[in-house]
Amino acid sequence: MTTTQPTTGHEPATGHEPTTGPGPLAGTQPAARPMPMERACPFNAPEEFRTLREEEPVTPVTFPDGAKGWLVSRYADVRAVLTDPRFGANRRLLRTGDPAQDGAPLPPPPPGMFIMMDPPEHTRFRRLLTGQFTVRRMQKLAPAVERIVAEHLDAMAAAEGPVDLLRVFALPIPSLVICELLGVPYADREQFQQNAGRLLRIDASQEEALQAHTAMNQHIHQLAVAKRAHPTDDILSGLVQSEQLTDEEVAGVGALLLLAGHETTANMIALGTMCLLRNPGQLAALRADPALMDGAIEELLRYLTIVQYGLRRVALEDVELGGHRIEAGATVVASLTSGNRDATHFSGDPDALDVSRPYSPHLAFGHGVHQCIGQQLARVEMKAALSALIERFPTLRLAVPADQVPMRDDMLIYGVHKLPVTW
Amino acid sequence: MKVIIDEDKCVGAGQCVLSAAEVFDQRDEDGIVVLLDATPPDARRAPVEEAAARCPALAIEVLP
Repeated sequence: MTTTQPTTGHEPATGHEPTTGPGPLAGTQPAARPMPMERACPFNAPEEFRTLREEEPVTPVTFPDGAKGWLVSRYADVRAVLTDPRFGANRRLLRTGDPAQDGAPLPPPPPGMFIMMDPPEHTRFRRLLTGQFTVRRMQKLAPAVERIVAEHLDAMAAAEGPVDLLRVFALPIPSLVICELLGVPYADREQFQQNAGRLLRIDASQEEALQAHTAMNQHIHQLAVAKRAHPTDDILSGLVQSEQLTDEEVAGVGALLLLAGHETTANMIALGTMCLLRNPGQLAALRADPALMDGAIEELLRYLTIVQYGLRRVALEDVELGGHRIEAGATVVASLTSGNRDATHFSGDPDALDVSRPYSPHLAFGHGVHQCIGQQLARVEMKAALSALIERFPTLRLAVPADQVPMRDDMLIYGVHKLPVTW
Repeated sequence: MKVIIDEDKCVGAGQCVLSAAEVFDQRDEDGIVVLLDATPPDARRAPVEEAAARCPALAIEVLP
């Protein structure tokens, strides 16, 4: 699955040098290693990051498809890369299902896919949306979100455990909210969630991912066209009526927000619940003092870092980083996971969950101009969901041994595939 | 303490509001930062510096 270059300390790397992509700085480059992806247990970061942060903070890696790049593991360096305009956001996503396309020219981002654009194109899209996701506007949603949460907890309480908390609670809540905000009929969600599942699998082939992406876009496109004729009070209508985007761009933006708006928060709620159940002292502290919840959410974001395989960027020109020359066109992976466990930035033991940890800016929402646009919505949803869940079900527990909870090692966004709980 | 913001750099994340709501707000239309108080009292140094540190766009400068 991976290729390794010969370890040389004193002679230029030869033979295994790629014919395209970055050439090693002769004589000084450590051998490329497979990008660290395996966890010893579900809440541990891959152990290799610790040594890398200390000894090789910028290091050559190979990806599961054989492609080559550079891994950045220290908190400060991750932030530096993500705010450095010499690193662009148009790149290939992590895929294990296809052979490497090292050196092949990158296609342009699909219409509206502003997560893969740089300023000024990126700015144009982002500024059309940021007014919809302000702290104030999202906090105004809190009562409505709390009502949705209460309804789902009522349904759970009326049924008997065990239930799959992901299916009955963690997924529906953010799905309902984002569908409402965007103006996507909730009845469409199953079709949509199937496509989302295909898109986020790291072992999906390029073709499967493209099919899923196209299906999602077409779905939103139809909605956008309908809203042009009959505007409704929601984000999709707002985008159409702004007259600033083509219908394809509206569809692309809508699909992106729909995908980002529920997969992520759903996984934080489910994985966060499992994490608290596995840390009963922390859960007890939270139940005893609900004022800890805001800080606990930041700590869960940091500790879980569900965007688990880092953020990729592509060098737009040659860049010196950590003593290495990153060549134009090279892929750099800024590891949010590793940065969020960096003891030079986080006090105490960053590998432990501590809901009382004093706040320190973390990388879970990314950094730089692409930092999660929905983060204030995510905070409101997580707070409403987790507060009510732990209060309403004081005897909540896993219904299976922890090692039987299927973890999303196979997805770009970490979490659980299901969470059997009872009470 | 003097606070300087750069509206062009701001990406509307709202992180500054979470740290220091008495000093930072967001415009309704586009979520871009609004500086409520350019010379906050020294007692607010910690939250203001936290806001600057957490700003993803490096749009906040804090001068002594």
